[in-house]
Amino acid sequence: MEQWARFLEINAPRILELTLDHALLVSLAIVVALLIGVPLGIYLTTNEYLAGTVLQVASVTLTIPSLALFGIMIPIFSLINKGIGFLPAFVALVLYSQLPIIRNTYTAIKNVNPEMRDAAIGMGMKTHQRLLRVEIPNAMPVIMAGIRTAVVLNIGIAVIAAYIGAGGLGVLITQGISRGDNYLIISGSLAVALLAIIADGLLLLIQKRFTTKAVVE
Amino acid sequence: MITFNQVTKKYSSEKTAVKDVDFTVDEGKIVVLLGPSGCGKTTLLRMVNRLESITEGSIVIDNENSMDLDAIELRRKIGYVIQSNGLFPNMTIEENVMIVTDLLGWNKKKKKERFNYLMKLIGLDPKIYGKRYPHELSGGQQQRIGVVRALAADPPVMLMDEPFGALDPIIREKIQDEFLQIQREVKKTILFVSHDIDEAIKMADKIMLLRDGEIMQYDTPSKMLSHPENEFVNQFFGKDRAIKSLSLHTVRNLQEVIGLAEMDESIYDTKTINVNQDLRNTLSMLLNQEADQVIVTNDQDEKIGSITIDLVQKYLHYEIKGKMSVSQEG
Amino acid sequence: MNNKKLIGNGFRFFIYGLVIAFFAWAIYNQYFSYIFSQSSTFLVLLRQHFVLVLVSSVLAILIAVPAGVLITRPKFRKAEWLITNIVNFGQTIPSLAVLALMISVLGIGFNTAVFALFIYSILPIFRNTVAGLDTIDPNLIDAAKGMGMKPSQILFRIELPNAVYSILAGIRTAVVLNIGTAALAYVVGGGGLGVWIFTGIQLFDNGFLISGAIPVTIMAILADYLLRKLENVLVPKGARAVSNT
Repeated sequence: MEQWARFLEINAPRILELTLDHALLVSLAIVVALLIGVPLGIYLTTNEYLAGTVLQVASVTLTIPSLALFGIMIPIFSLINKGIGFLPAFVALVLYSQLPIIRNTYTAIKNVNPEMRDAAIGMGMKTHQRLLRVEIPNAMPVIMAGIRTAVVLNIGIAVIAAYIGAGGLGVLITQGISRGDNYLIISGSLAVALLAIIADGLLLLIQKRFTTKAVVE
Repeated sequence: MITFNQVTKKYSSEKTAVKDVDFTVDEGKIVVLLGPSGCGKTTLLRMVNRLESITEGSIVIDNENSMDLDAIELRRKIGYVIQSNGLFPNMTIEENVMIVTDLLGWNKKKKKERFNYLMKLIGLDPKIYGKRYPHELSGGQQQRIGVVRALAADPPVMLMDEPFGALDPIIREKIQDEFLQIQREVKKTILFVSHDIDEAIKMADKIMLLRDGEIMQYDTPSKMLSHPENEFVNQFFGKDRAIKSLSLHTVRNLQEVIGLAEMDESIYDTKTINVNQDLRNTLSMLLNQEADQVIVTNDQDEKIGSITIDLVQKYLHYEIKGKMSVSQEG
Repeated sequence: MNNKKLIGNGFRFFIYGLVIAFFAWAIYNQYFSYIFSQSSTFLVLLRQHFVLVLVSSVLAILIAVPAGVLITRPKFRKAEWLITNIVNFGQTIPSLAVLALMISVLGIGFNTAVFALFIYSILPIFRNTVAGLDTIDPNLIDAAKGMGMKPSQILFRIELPNAVYSILAGIRTAVVLNIGTAALAYVVGGGGLGVWIFTGIQLFDNGFLISGAIPVTIMAILADYLLRKLENVLVPKGARAVSNT
């Protein structure tokens, strides 16, 4: 216990900094993933043909092991001299987030009660009005669930990104491994777990805040 | 025969679900347990096959105390039908229906014969439906399968917990008729839970009305309607109980007591009704048409007279309100 | 209508094109050369990777499925909430950390890697087993009890066949995850194809990177595909339709 206290006294600022780095990387990736995934998911509900292909590609992407994906991306990004560091990690996280976000958006909008949709059309709403006022609000809980899955997933994957120099909490763990320092490993992994739990809880709170009371998951 | 001896069920020292219940279900009869939700009717039913334990008293099934038997063995001798049909989605219809006989170790040939017989009872082709899965059937068909599954091992006793409660009214009525038809053939001793008064009047040889785990009245449907023993029973069956009781009487009953009217040949488009139909249906037919008479036909489809609203009213007056013990055959 | 089809097909061919272009580029630059020039090493690493995944997955299935069954029995139901939360927390701990922490318990080597992978694979299988058993309609259990089935008969004839869809999905998730995590076994000296990926990262050698990463990727996609096929075979027809709706 005493050793832990000493360890934290020395390392707390660094742990905090790396946690922020980690959170920043993941948040940026999620925001970009949302900007791509949600509109795409909505569009897919109007094009069944594309939906099948996109969902399949996204699902295969998710099965690619993270270290292998980094291994594939380094040579590709080396072409523009960005083989390691922030960019490949960022792109990988965006790719991994696509499946949960696209799939949940797609199924949620699809599952909006057709009678509700009919009513909206019947009272003369235009397509974008219908989407914004009826379909998206009603699909919100499921879309949020997809975002939560993506965030928790990415927080874990971003740990591996430390190996390609993307920083974040993975640095604590990789350093711990190379130095044989369990304090570093444990504090790093606890920080990751905590970050995931807090992020998940926070998103759940936002989800509850921003969904109309009547819409239940 | 099922006999309840001073049966009591307590969940805790304060919470009593069933209090000192004492009655007998006669061989081959249907007894409907009726009452508002939370009155203990389902608990009482589930005590018979020991899905609920008995706190005090005993339940004797065909001269054997239910507690003397192994629970598993006991249940295999009792047919059990529940509202949500409880069909196993991973099994075909045939596997579902024959599962108890399977547990009992019947041989293949015997099972096949029994399955064909049971499917014939409910009018479904065993060859077509045997290999299907529950989700491929309509709600009504699923419920029919649920009923014959309980009949599979030919148990003398059946427990039915709101078996038709989830069906829509038209299909429900059809399946009720069908089930009464089957009961005439198989003559099981049946305990039947319902919250639907009309269903109880239709299905029951005797009704038991329960409130807060206590028996309010245990009687034949007609007695229940004509001679409610207390205010609760009176209230429960409602002001229109006279009309409800019409469903216990047939056109034939009316004909025997006060006779039919002459046919008015000048009205050419009147509907006809069979002499075995109940008076409640007859009345609704009369109320839903222009002409004020309905032609009555006998079993050979011959016209034997007509019936009018006046006649039904007269019958109601003399026979039902007056001396309510009119026979209750048919 | 035709326009939509065009977009769909366009996207499909774009993806095909991307994959083909990648392989053409990699082959042109001889990034796969190590697989052939060091084929004996490659085969050793491939076999290590395969054995790591196979042994740890089988062990995890043997432990997690019975554990999931046990925790959903009435006797242990009260502990379910606690166990589920522990498992959920466990899942947020990075796989890399699980591997690393095993070093101080078991030292470095193949067995350490197997054990860490085994521990990490238990979670998804356990979770899906519990979820599969929990979502079974209680009326089915009631009906089964009422017709005189013994608890063991209810488990094997009703509960497991109707939960098998969810259990197999958990196993698939675990195995695919496991193939990826096994690439990290290098960190604890457990071998596997991760050795080449890490070597590639450290030496900036694209050949090692691609020769390691592509086989791992193919392995994961193939495992996912094959296990999905297995689901179609093993899940009873009626139970499948229900779980799909």
